Amino acid sequence: MGDHHHGPAKGLSRWLFTTNHKDIGTMYLWFSFCMFILGGTFAMIIRAELFQPGMQLVEPEFFNQMTTLHGLVMVFGAIMPSFVGLANWMIPLMIGAPDMALPRMNNWSFWILPPTFLLLASTLFMEGGAPQAGWTFYAPLSTTYAGPSVTYFIFCIHVLGLSSIMGSINIIATVMNMRAPGMTYMKMPLFVWTWLITAFLLVAVMPVLAGAVTMMLMDVHFGTSFFSAAGGGDPVLFQHVFWFFGHPEVYIIILPAFGVVSQIIPAFSRKPLFGYDSMVYATASIAFLSFIVWAHHMYTVGMPVSGELFFMYATMLIAVPTGVKVFNWVSTMWRGALTFETPMLFSIGFLVLFTIGGFTGLMLSIAPSDFQYHDSYFVVAHFHYVMVAGAVFSMTAAVYYWLPKWCGRMYNETMGKTHFWISFIGFNLTFFPQHFVGLAGMPRRIPDYALQFADFNMMSSIGAFIYGASQILWLYNIIATIVAGEKIDKPKVWDGAEGLEWTVPTPAPYHTFETPPKIDPAHAHS
Amino acid sequence: MFRLSDKPVINTVANLVTVAVCMFAFVFVVMVPLYNVLCDALGINGKTSGQSYTAVQAQVDESRTVTIQFIANNNEGMPWEFAPSTTVMKVHPGAVNGTVFLARNPMPNAMVAQAIPSVSPSRAAQYFHKTECFCFNQQPLDGESEAELPLQFIVDQDLPRDIGTITLSYTIFDVTDMVGAAVVAR
Repeated sequence: MGDHHHGPAKGLSRWLFTTNHKDIGTMYLWFSFCMFILGGTFAMIIRAELFQPGMQLVEPEFFNQMTTLHGLVMVFGAIMPSFVGLANWMIPLMIGAPDMALPRMNNWSFWILPPTFLLLASTLFMEGGAPQAGWTFYAPLSTTYAGPSVTYFIFCIHVLGLSSIMGSINIIATVMNMRAPGMTYMKMPLFVWTWLITAFLLVAVMPVLAGAVTMMLMDVHFGTSFFSAAGGGDPVLFQHVFWFFGHPEVYIIILPAFGVVSQIIPAFSRKPLFGYDSMVYATASIAFLSFIVWAHHMYTVGMPVSGELFFMYATMLIAVPTGVKVFNWVSTMWRGALTFETPMLFSIGFLVLFTIGGFTGLMLSIAPSDFQYHDSYFVVAHFHYVMVAGAVFSMTAAVYYWLPKWCGRMYNETMGKTHFWISFIGFNLTFFPQHFVGLAGMPRRIPDYALQFADFNMMSSIGAFIYGASQILWLYNIIATIVAGEKIDKPKVWDGAEGLEWTVPTPAPYHTFETPPKIDPAHAHS
Repeated sequence: MFRLSDKPVINTVANLVTVAVCMFAFVFVVMVPLYNVLCDALGINGKTSGQSYTAVQAQVDESRTVTIQFIANNNEGMPWEFAPSTTVMKVHPGAVNGTVFLARNPMPNAMVAQAIPSVSPSRAAQYFHKTECFCFNQQPLDGESEAELPLQFIVDQDLPRDIGTITLSYTIFDVTDMVGAAVVAR
């Protein structure tokens, strides 16, 4: 095929019609950054309203729309597409493949995302406003009591699910069929492993979410009663179906993050990853366990005690493989020749804060005490420690780590470190006090609160503004790097980094590994 | 890169699409029915059986008295007046007991209602047998008319000893729009 060695096409059509994994990865990453800013803006509105007790800035209905859209945009628009973008960029480079297995479908699975989020955001301007039932959209709030925009919302979820399923099928097909000769499964970098398992989770549970919103659609428009007690249905059924999707979903978000830090920590410890095999098995165990713990989100619905006990023990069991991972990361650093460049700082930040989030998760897993924590700010603090300090910190680390490889220019290290410390302080200032107000009884998703929570909420809001502002610094650093960063051309940008992606020139050419690389059989996993 | 001759990729994709389609079907053909079957069989969520109970010959346990409380609720927007005729009964396990709920439709038009029962504690649901209940059927009522809705029940002798009080709650829903005009005219 003579046209294999062309460079990118010119102009807008390059991006519209591209089937190149690097182009599509780049678009995913920029799109998710836009969504990160949009979802962050919603969060700033929430925190501004909660800056002081009493109704300050927005109407309660609008506040509910903000909490709902913040969750939806961050989960489905920012975190998930960012890791899909990273997978697109890095998986072919890491396994020595020329591109993804299904490049045209890859283009489609990206390009259906922006119109979908435009539609979702447009519900803000519709009569009755955007969805306001929370990102978990429990029935009957999302059916009987929903505004007309719920139909658009359901359509959006269907399309997002389709996009995720296509993206996952592509990743699995690539990893299973396109590895360079000699790249056995147990030699794959851990990022590839975690994404392979994540993709299987996505294929298994996104259809369940599609089923849940299809039932909502039928209840709202076609007179069925899946979730309506009047017709013999049950609103609690919605929660079971939703969380059967929702719990694997939280691992869909965090497993690729595990993969990222498993690449970065060895690079800056100048040691191979400790316990590679156990990392793979731990990831697979977490994925399996994620299917049998969903009801720990709904201890208070009135389950039989035997059910509560089952879900409690199964949930606690997840701490074992997760503990193995944390142990392995710490052991990788143990007696390593550590340096603390920005990617490493964010990875260590991830490690410390994710572990705190894991511990509060264990507290929440205890059914009898969960009755106190349920739907309080303690839960909000817990899942932001794992979602923000887990997924977002690791994504930030990934961008700093691979950005020089992507664009052939070095970012400003001082600005990167400043970004880390402001983020770290801002994040903790935002979410640590929320543990306390949560334990003291402040409920989530309410625009007003009792006076005794005022000081902690003001701290939270100030922290949120600091954390939000620090992301602008990040954006500036990225743009400044791409436009005018110091040029580097050595393939191995970081001297401790291992892996096939560091064997191609810097910046990574438009086409790589058109002839498969040779994998040293004696060489351990990269 | 992918070519049409690339058999392994096609197989992988075909398998994964099958998994996705099966998981979508799984929600409707497994999760929903399984949930309902489990709730019926275990009496969880306080759901009582939707079928009338065929009384078996049993000894009335006169040594034991169980307090039954009745509660009536209207779902949002339901204008009927709906209340139990007695709020508390003391019964012996094994004995057949009867009571009525009173319903009045204050609206000018005919309406149809569906009552949904719930038993608390939910553990007691499987020991609370209804031989006759207005909740088994939808209740049509002409405008500005009223009716006595009968209920007959037996408390099982096997009711765990630590349960001394059972609360039976009915919530009445307006299902006029769901069943259509045909039933209303009946």
